[in-house]
Amino acid sequence: MTSTRTVSQPKASIAQVAGKVPVRPPRRGTSSRTKLELLLLLAPALALFVLFVLAPMVAAIYYSFYHWTGFGPLNDFVGLDNYRKALSDPIFQGAIWHNVLIAVLSLVVQLPLSLGLALLLNGRIHGRALLRTLVFAPYVLSEAITAVLWLSILQPGGAVDKMLAGVGLKGLTHEWLADRGIVLYTLFAVITWKYIGFGIILFLAGLQGVPPELKEAAAIDGATSWQTTRRVVIPLLGPTVRIWAFLSIIGALQLFDLIWIMTLGGPAGSSATMATYLIDRGFRRYQFGYGSAVTVILFTICFVFALLYQRFALRRDTQGAITRRAGA
Amino acid sequence: MSTSTLDRPTPTQPDRKPPSHRSAATPLRYLAALAIVAVTVVPLLFVILGGFKTNADINANPAGLPKSWVLSNYTKILRSSSFWHFVVNSLVIAVIATVLAVGLGSMAAFALSRYAFRGREFIYTLFTIGLLFPLTVATLPVYLMLRKFHLLENMLGVAIPEAAFSLPVTIIILRPFMMAIPAELEDAAVMDGSTKLGFFTRILLPLSRPALVTVGVLAFITSWNGYLLPLLVFNEQQNFTLPLGVATFQSQFSQDTAGILAFTALSMIPALVFFIFAERKIVGGLTGSIKG
Repeated sequence: MTSTRTVSQPKASIAQVAGKVPVRPPRRGTSSRTKLELLLLLAPALALFVLFVLAPMVAAIYYSFYHWTGFGPLNDFVGLDNYRKALSDPIFQGAIWHNVLIAVLSLVVQLPLSLGLALLLNGRIHGRALLRTLVFAPYVLSEAITAVLWLSILQPGGAVDKMLAGVGLKGLTHEWLADRGIVLYTLFAVITWKYIGFGIILFLAGLQGVPPELKEAAAIDGATSWQTTRRVVIPLLGPTVRIWAFLSIIGALQLFDLIWIMTLGGPAGSSATMATYLIDRGFRRYQFGYGSAVTVILFTICFVFALLYQRFALRRDTQGAITRRAGA
Repeated sequence: MSTSTLDRPTPTQPDRKPPSHRSAATPLRYLAALAIVAVTVVPLLFVILGGFKTNADINANPAGLPKSWVLSNYTKILRSSSFWHFVVNSLVIAVIATVLAVGLGSMAAFALSRYAFRGREFIYTLFTIGLLFPLTVATLPVYLMLRKFHLLENMLGVAIPEAAFSLPVTIIILRPFMMAIPAELEDAAVMDGSTKLGFFTRILLPLSRPALVTVGVLAFITSWNGYLLPLLVFNEQQNFTLPLGVATFQSQFSQDTAGILAFTALSMIPALVFFIFAERKIVGGLTGSIKG
């Protein structure tokens, strides 16, 4: 910033570069040509968005008040019956509980694991680039491929069982996907395998934003490296942790592909999630009115969670977070 | 009291300390790295190696190397038309969804960033609300709508909704990027006789390339990995996408473990290759869009 050439009007250009007022106020008002341009630019995206994102949700609310198999006219109005039925169905209650359990397990297991691994990988280490690539690879695979992959590994007498037997832990082998008490934890392990790399990458990016001066200052004040990590680095990662937790919980609430392919929500609903329940009842059993009610419930849960989280957890991050860097 | 002078760090201590900690943590660091590599790579290797085994070999020895390397599992799939059908279908759908999302999204982002008009912030807020409507949650009503429009068994029936659901992220990433481009550039272009739309296509879009690539990669991956919507839209196997095809192959030939593993291994290749080439864009896009 040593140039003196722009002295003539520095304030205006700074404001424009900062992006606060990038648009020159139109001199001639909104001319008909500008209106036409706006229509041309905005209409296609808006039409697509309203038609395929907003309208279906509104339609779902409407369908949810009817008993409807998806064929013929909508004439069997049942009021709130579908909602009452869904909320009192033990399988749906179980499904909600499974979603919550997976969300809680993610926070309790994946957060310390990915944070710890990110802290370890943040230091100097040979082959760091390769390590990052490898750690991220499962995240790139689709949930469908991940599901089929683990289905093969976990089948009775498959690789996992043989490996356990090989190291003398035959007693630990289970029917990983058929035992009602275990299936959900097996699925959680697979989910962790797939998504842990995402957390690690996110935290590594966050760690890059921790100013080294702070760590040096702590060291000069006599803090051990553990104390520095615990009292300086981790608190500074707060915004990243909160974003990760948000994505993780929203993801847990919407879990479908992986579970549908591996267990269809079974056995006997013991691994059902809200989304698998929704597709099972709504689509496979042609209960479109009922399925729409479940859609609305699922959407409401996600929506309320997102709003509350924004309000109470993410709000703090808008106020001067040190780790936030421009262009990161 | 005498200990206090001992405890007080001498000026040389801070300089000495960090390296000593680093070296103490190094073995642990490599151990963690090794564990990560093992946990990540072993399942992938199991699938790839399993594709080279016979079924009998897999049953007898699921974890080890193939007793004799068999190519037939892979060649059989590569020669079958269905695998290539799945790949091409996925590719066509992902390309259409990406082009639609990035094309329409950048137009909307341009209007929302470089025009001043009434209702601008309202429209922008409308798009951001879309972030709270994930496709998974809305699939059932979207399916009903596609049926009404006769878009079932049609690639557009998957590509168009996927593009629509990618619009919010696209616009949210592109708008600040386009806002940050100095107004002087626009003035200069107008001075040189360019129209506003000419400025958009000839100057703004080329300048926005990094952001366009990021949103394009995100839209492409979302579509490429999509499973639920294709599951509802497609019934005919020739229309299946790769994720749907893998899952179906698995359930149809559940006895042929070697075949399934070979099929899965081949299905992983496009995603992994794409990832290796676009890693920085993907990682940058994800961390950037989240922080943004």
